[in-house]
Amino acid sequence: MTNVTMTINGKAVSGEVEGNTLLSSFLRDDQRLTGTHIGCDTSQCGACLVHVNGRAVKSCTMFAAEADGAEVATIEGQANADGSLNVIQQAFQDHHGLQCGFCTPGMVMTTAALLKDNPKPTEAEVRAYLEGNICRCTGYHNIVKAIMAASGQDVSAIAAE
Amino acid sequence: MPKDSGIGAATLRREDVRFLTGKGQYSDDINLFGQVAAVFARSTVANGKINSIDTTTAAAMPGVLAIFTGEDFAEVGGNPAGWLINSRDGTPMHEPKRPVLAHGKVRHVGDAYAAVIAETAEQAQNAVEAIEADIEELPAVVNMKDALSGSNFVHDEIGTNQCFDWGWIEDNRAATDAAIKGAHHVTTLELVNNRLVPNAMEPRCSMAQYNSATDEYVLHTTSQNPHLTRLLISAFVLGIPENKLTVIAPDVGGGFGSKIYHYGEEALVLAAAKKLGRPVKWTANRTEAFLTDAHGRDHVTKIELALDAEGNFLAFRTETMANVGAYLSNFSTATPTFLHGTLMAGNYTVPNVYVNVKAVFTNTAPVDAYRGAGRPEATYSLERVIDKAARELGMDPIALRRKNFVKPDQYPFASAAGLEYDSGNYDALMDKMEEVADLAGFAARRKESEAKGLLRGFGVNAYIEACGIAPSNLVGVLGSRVGLYDAATVRVNATGNLSVMVGAHSHGQGHETAFPQVVAEMLGIDASVIDIVHGDTSKIPFGMGTYGSRSLAVCGSAVVRATEKIINKAKKIAAHMLEASDADIELKEGVFSVAGTDRSVSFGEVALKAYIPHDFPLEDIEPGLEETAFYDPANFTYPSGAYCCEVELDPETGKVRVDRFAAVDDFGNVINPMIVTGQVHGGLGQGIGQALLENTTYDENGQLLSASYMDYTMPRADDLPFYAVDHSQGNPCTHNPLGVKGCGEAGAIGSPPTIVNAVIDAMQSGGKNVTHIDMPVTPHRVWSAMQNV
Ligand code: FES
Ligand code: FES
Repeated sequence: MTNVTMTINGKAVSGEVEGNTLLSSFLRDDQRLTGTHIGCDTSQCGACLVHVNGRAVKSCTMFAAEADGAEVATIEGQANADGSLNVIQQAFQDHHGLQCGFCTPGMVMTTAALLKDNPKPTEAEVRAYLEGNICRCTGYHNIVKAIMAASGQDVSAIAAE
Repeated sequence: MPKDSGIGAATLRREDVRFLTGKGQYSDDINLFGQVAAVFARSTVANGKINSIDTTTAAAMPGVLAIFTGEDFAEVGGNPAGWLINSRDGTPMHEPKRPVLAHGKVRHVGDAYAAVIAETAEQAQNAVEAIEADIEELPAVVNMKDALSGSNFVHDEIGTNQCFDWGWIEDNRAATDAAIKGAHHVTTLELVNNRLVPNAMEPRCSMAQYNSATDEYVLHTTSQNPHLTRLLISAFVLGIPENKLTVIAPDVGGGFGSKIYHYGEEALVLAAAKKLGRPVKWTANRTEAFLTDAHGRDHVTKIELALDAEGNFLAFRTETMANVGAYLSNFSTATPTFLHGTLMAGNYTVPNVYVNVKAVFTNTAPVDAYRGAGRPEATYSLERVIDKAARELGMDPIALRRKNFVKPDQYPFASAAGLEYDSGNYDALMDKMEEVADLAGFAARRKESEAKGLLRGFGVNAYIEACGIAPSNLVGVLGSRVGLYDAATVRVNATGNLSVMVGAHSHGQGHETAFPQVVAEMLGIDASVIDIVHGDTSKIPFGMGTYGSRSLAVCGSAVVRATEKIINKAKKIAAHMLEASDADIELKEGVFSVAGTDRSVSFGEVALKAYIPHDFPLEDIEPGLEETAFYDPANFTYPSGAYCCEVELDPETGKVRVDRFAAVDDFGNVINPMIVTGQVHGGLGQGIGQALLENTTYDENGQLLSASYMDYTMPRADDLPFYAVDHSQGNPCTHNPLGVKGCGEAGAIGSPPTIVNAVIDAMQSGGKNVTHIDMPVTPHRVWSAMQNV
């Protein structure tokens, strides 16, 4: 067991972890931040995506000990200070970019990372960037639309509802 | 009625807020004090005799609390098949026992033969690896043809791998044969409907608690229908009385069929929780999901279409082998039969239909209903053979379909496959599709593609499906062992807000938003004061769950009936308050008034009065305002649609890209168009995935080669286009109070043949006379097909 200390969503936390404890387990089991989901065992689905020191990271691919001293951001810290949905979250609701919600935390965190690097992505850029995030419910149409809307682009020409 | 919350409003989903902020509560997010973990020991061979299982070493490992093997469940019941299918000769299907844990033999890779309960999942996993199981590998039965002809049996005691040999409709067989024999033209097609893994993004998870003082159990589980799970566990498997077992399906991360069924892991954690007196949780990893979730499709079919000289359809004759895997999952016998054979007349006035389905046991994971369930298989066969016929006869594929469509004045229409379609207008759908897809612009787009060295193909498809899976009397005749109705309780609280308990379960379908829209519309109040309660058997009267696009058509109708009862009673209370007669009370915009006067009371005042009945005439009016209704419809509902797409094919690589996709559906009335559109999108994503990418492959030893996201190609965002979706051509269902038909499966049903038809068209346009290609249409298959002609 080693002690790790990190900042999660702006709050300093610490905990005891095994050397092989994944960051995803630390977040879910130790910190009770269950918005970070586990959808696979091969680092493919992106349901576990969080930000570590401002970079998008699949938390199932990183040991908690490696995040010692890091700034971690998870879905639980994304809403505005008054609790209302942030621009990305609101775009996902406005454009029905989620159904069962299981992939959604990863999608929101991925979107945040994308828009930081590329504030006005094209459709093709959005689709390419989502390579590491699988959604089984939406057929991606409304996710892509929501992401483009969140970037401030006019999506009214993209088909129906 | 506020425009943003009643029927027809694209109300934003209220459930989104918790999912978008990480506050959803999926099964694995719930942890209980004292909880311990279960991990399963699973077979690594497809067929094996269990000689011995030695758990001595494992039992002594750190943290281990208990180990279960098949022996521990030898006396309890099996997980049953929900539909009894009789073979053509009248004999009932073969129903081998499906035990909680394999006993005597393991029958597919992933078949669980032991389970370890330990303080932590890691300890349990370590102990699983220390179990010494002597399992003698036997030759596996994998291929369906071999299974039917060979003498190696998945279940020795049955002595055949044929579960049943079903004919539909047996009395039509001779006429169908004769029609084909005498026909001007017969088109024949052999095709494979590829096996799929449903892949809900949330893996299955089950957690059980037991209270020895009350003998009560609580099971949290990833289920599309908690009541059915409770019923199966109570009546068939463990015999726990229903009043002692609460099944809770909290937020569920997608199902698509795979979470309809009861699985052995649920029974195991219940038994373990009782034995240990501690909550026991099991969470599948993705590999377990691939190995043990019920798979979908897996049909091998030969279909013949007979036509006269004018192109009128005379007969469809189908022979199908349907893989059911190693054991019968709960709906596995209904899927290839009554959800498939009954749809084999399609949208057409064809007079003769005969379907033969042989269900086959193999040493593979059980196969059951996956989004569409039988209807995608029916549509694929029909719409592929029709396309092939059009090409053979030199007819336009749209014109050939139109020529044979059931016409709007023919409803109710008795199809040659035994169903009565209530409503529809297939020509209108086709008209709309041609417009939405800009069919007129196709030729120009083809030229543009050709200028880039690419082949552009156009594919079209018409489908009909039977949804709103019910009614009890019909499914009973067809072999169902359960009734298929649904139930709802509408509870008006004293302070004027409502809790509506529904039997349908929402795991992405947006019931928490759409169902209140219905109640709000009926009562004339704002939907924001109405909440849906679902997924908990202790809170809900009963329910048959969510599948077969039935939630709104069946459960939504129960909500309507219960709300009607509420209105009737509320009118009585209002009449009492206003000293008028019940018959004179009108409800409008949430206000009860005496007709022709200005005397009125609000809905809220009536609600309060119901719970403060100081002056009630108790012989006439009971206190309280709560009503329950069970709704059992008169027929299936029949959504239909016309779909088309354009693909671009690179002849150098065989790579196919979907450039445009248009889906025009008749869903009857629509409650929330935003949600309905989203359901179509999701179905299209899965259907295009089936057509282009997804395949489940077992090798000849029964090893699953596609057991992870490294090997099984899930559709990603850059595999799919934006879709043009339209549901403006609705013809209301004639027999349910909402006039709705169901929209959950349409996209997955209509899209695979659309894509394959377009790929064939693209190859043909490049001068390659390829007439069929099996799904998934991978670059390798396309390229090979083009080289070989
Ligand atoms: S759980 Fe981390 S990528 Fe799937
Ligand atoms: S919303 Fe269900 S997996 Fe994306």
